[in-house]
Parts: sequence; C-alpha cells; structure tokens
Amino acid sequence: MDQRSPEPPTRRLVLLTAAGLSLAPFARPAAATPAAMEEAIRALVGEATIERGKVKLELPPIVENGNTVPLTVTVDSPISGADHITAIHIFNEKNPQPYVAAFHLGPRSGKAVVSTRIRLADSQQVVAIARLSDGSFWSDSADVVVTLAACAEG
Amino acid sequence: MARVLINLPARAKRGEVIEIKTLIAHPMETGYRLGPTGATIPRDIISRFLCTYNGEEVFRAELYPAIAANPFIAFFTVATESGEIAFSWTDDHEETQTEVRQITVE
Amino acid sequence: MKALLFAVIAATAAAAAAAEFAPGDRRSGYDFAGPESRAMQDDDTANPGMLGVLEGETLWATKAGAADRSCADCHGDARTSMKGVAARYPAFEPALARPLDLEGRINRCRTEHQRAAPFAGESEDLLALTAFVAYQSRGLPIAVAGDGELRPFFDLGSELFHRRQGQLNLSCSQCHDDNWGRRLAGAMIPQGHPTGYPVYRLEWQSLGSLQRRLRNCMIGVRAEPYDYGAPEAVALELYLMARARGMPLETPAVRP
Repeated sequence: MDQRSPEPPTRRLVLLTAAGLSLAPFARPAAATPAAMEEAIRALVGEATIERGKVKLELPPIVENGNTVPLTVTVDSPISGADHITAIHIFNEKNPQPYVAAFHLGPRSGKAVVSTRIRLADSQQVVAIARLSDGSFWSDSADVVVTLAACAEG
Repeated sequence: MARVLINLPARAKRGEVIEIKTLIAHPMETGYRLGPTGATIPRDIISRFLCTYNGEEVFRAELYPAIAANPFIAFFTVATESGEIAFSWTDDHEETQTEVRQITVE
Repeated sequence: MKALLFAVIAATAAAAAAAEFAPGDRRSGYDFAGPESRAMQDDDTANPGMLGVLEGETLWATKAGAADRSCADCHGDARTSMKGVAARYPAFEPALARPLDLEGRINRCRTEHQRAAPFAGESEDLLALTAFVAYQSRGLPIAVAGDGELRPFFDLGSELFHRRQGQLNLSCSQCHDDNWGRRLAGAMIPQGHPTGYPVYRLEWQSLGSLQRRLRNCMIGVRAEPYDYGAPEAVALELYLMARARGMPLETPAVRP
C-alpha cells in the first residue's frame, strides 16, 4: 500500500463522508476486542459455566508469521457413550472477528483431535471451547506472540 | 475445481482410528484487505467443510476468515467398513466441491 | 590460524568470489525456520507448496499453443527427464548469449516449441510448472557454477549482492553474510540460499519465485526492485545459486 497525501475535498468525498464511509487509505476494520470475544463465547454457552480442563490448545508460543499459524486442539473426553464430545469452537481476541472455526465431532470420530492453520492479526489470546453431550463446556486458552515478516512486501 | 490434497490410508483394520489430512487450494479472502484502488476486496472464503463415510457424516467444520489460505484440516475417524469417504468444501457462494476416496477395511 | 586465513580470503576476494562461509556454517533457510514451518515442509500431504506441484503436473501434460504440444510430448516423464535440471539453473542459453533462470527456460520452451504465449511473470501457472519441474530435483545438490560463459553474469550478481542500495543503504551481504543467525524485528536472518524455490512463503500464503523474494528484500531496504526477468534479477539468481552450490534442493520449501 502506498502513502497517499490527503486530497482536497471533492463532491464525491463529501458524499461518501455523508454516507458514513471511511476515507482513510489505511482504513482498518474495528478489531475484535477481548470484550467482543467474551460476547461471542457467551452467545455460544449461554448461562452455562465454562470449566477449565479436558481441552489442550496447542499453538506455537512465538509465531513466525501471523498469516499461517498451525493449531491443534485435543480434548480428553470419551468419543461416544454417555458424555461425549460434540463440538470444539475456537475464538480469538484481536482479529477483526472473534470466530475462528467450529468443528463438529461425533461417536465416529475415534479421537477428539483437530488440526488446522489460522491467521492471527496480532499477539493475542486464543481460546478453545469444547462442548460435551451433557451440555457442559470445557476450555483452554493460549497466549501467542505474533511476529511479522521483517521486510514488508509493499 | 480447486486443487486438493487428501491423505488417508487406503487400507485399515476394522475399528482402527485413522487420521485424515486435507488441504485445498483457496485464497480465503478475508473481506478486510484493501485492494490497489483502496476499495475493500470482497470476502470469499470456504465456510463449510463436511466429511461423510458411506453417506454418514463423521466430521463437519464451519470456517471463518481467520482460517489461513489453502485451508488445512486434519481430523480422525474410525475405520468401520469398506467404502467411500467423501469430502465437501462449500464457499460463500454456496458452491461445493466434493472429492471421494475409497477405503478398504479388513 | 584457520580464522585468519578465511578472513584474508574474504577480504581479498570479496567482490569476485562467492561468500566464504566457514566449513559447516552454510545452512539452508530450513534451519532458520521454526519447528512448525519445518514440519509443514516435511509432510508432502500437508505442504501447501505441493498443491502447486500437483497443478504443475497437470500443466506438464496439457497441450498448448499453435504446435498443440504438451511438455510431456517432448520431455516424456518429468521424473526422469527433469531430474537434476532445476539444480543447474540459471544456465547459459547460447542462442541468447545470456543465462536463463528456470522460469525463463520454461517460457522459452513455450514460445519456441509450443508456439504459445509465454506465461506472465509470477503467474500461478508459471509458478506451478516451475515448482513441478524443480520438485523433480528435490534432494539433489545445487550444481550451478559461475564460470565459463556465465562468469560476467556471475560477477554482476556478486557486485549487486555486495552493493549498498536503497534508502536504508544496506547490501544483501551485510545481512546475509555478516549477520545471519541474528534477529531483525523478531525474524531470524537466514543466509539467503535459494534452496527451495519456488517457495511457499507463509507471508504470501502462496508459492512464489526467488525473484519475488528478492523484490521483497529490495522494497525492505527501500530500493527500486528489479522487474521480473530483468538481467539484474537473473544475475543475482545466478550468483545466489552458485553461492549455494552443493546444498540440496528442497522445493517446495516452506518459509515464514
């Protein structure tokens, strides 16, 4: 992205401003905040308590490049039977959206382990929440330091 | 048709828990990037992934822009019987790509 | 005594010879990448660069151009015919009296033999085909030497490598010869050996060529980057490959 010096107001610019659109060349979307993540998590679990345990969220503590971050989440829970895992939800603090992914498992899963690669905009906390068939929720979180390429592509 | 890499064993023992790794070529455009004119590049991501085993769902995922380009998803399933394991990726335009692999279970 | 000897060699032959690393010090970017990136590279079924290789495999067999020929029609099975090829590029093309890199070679085949339009620089198709061809040399030692007809181009590459440039007034050599292993804004500085190109760079979230990577560096020091295919770019590629002579090719590598 190149630096643009501010232009004198034109009719189009004024109209755009009136429509409430941002004009800044470096417009950044409102980033999710820890509060937004909390809200998203509440929307998922409702009034239930989220317990710590059973879930292990693995992310590199120092990330080489925030564009592609390997993530593995393991849930120590029975796969089938009375109380088995049904879903794993991943949330983050500082990306534009708090949602990362939702994985739905079942009795045929064999092992409650899922791996993927995610994007992290900044150093932040990532949270994994597992839902069991009895309606209980379990979580783990990881604090990640995100580094970016030293020389930006431009 | 996007390029796909699927890793799953061609043969397994009945009841064995097998790992499946999937990789599909897709830019996963977040909808937050600015293009050369300053306009936002519209969002275009794969938002759903489904794996069925002889027609029955064994794994499903909802994906958001925070999933990196060329989405990689690895998961496990129990080798129950011989047959077809199908993988479907659906994008924001509700277009689906499906790949099928055979598995022999002894 | 050995250290003094190397210092003398380096001082007197700085502009003319490839950078002299102490024996055992020469390392691929793989060694400077984190464990997760290495794991991604090591697993062919999880390496995103392999998606490009597969794409290239299809292109290899696709007929193109007025001659209606595919690469396979002349070259047969790439596993045999292309083995070792990428390891010795850039190579001298007598008809043009200058070196061509692998992308240039592929485009030359396209125009001369397939009678098709050349692939655009850094296009997906060109990257895929280059990745597929280079993949056939994976594990083989880089076999480029800057001698004979290549000497003047190698010398130009060496001069460019050692020349300070850009607003930051830095040369490639200052980071990649003198400060490898140290950190620049959180990222570890590698030695700059092109052992895995086209490379899947996490920053790009796609495959990219060595020329693209060099452009990134040049923009990083606020210098005007070379155009794709520019003689300076090819000369620098030649120098870098000769500097990495003997190191195994890793295409498609994964780098941060």
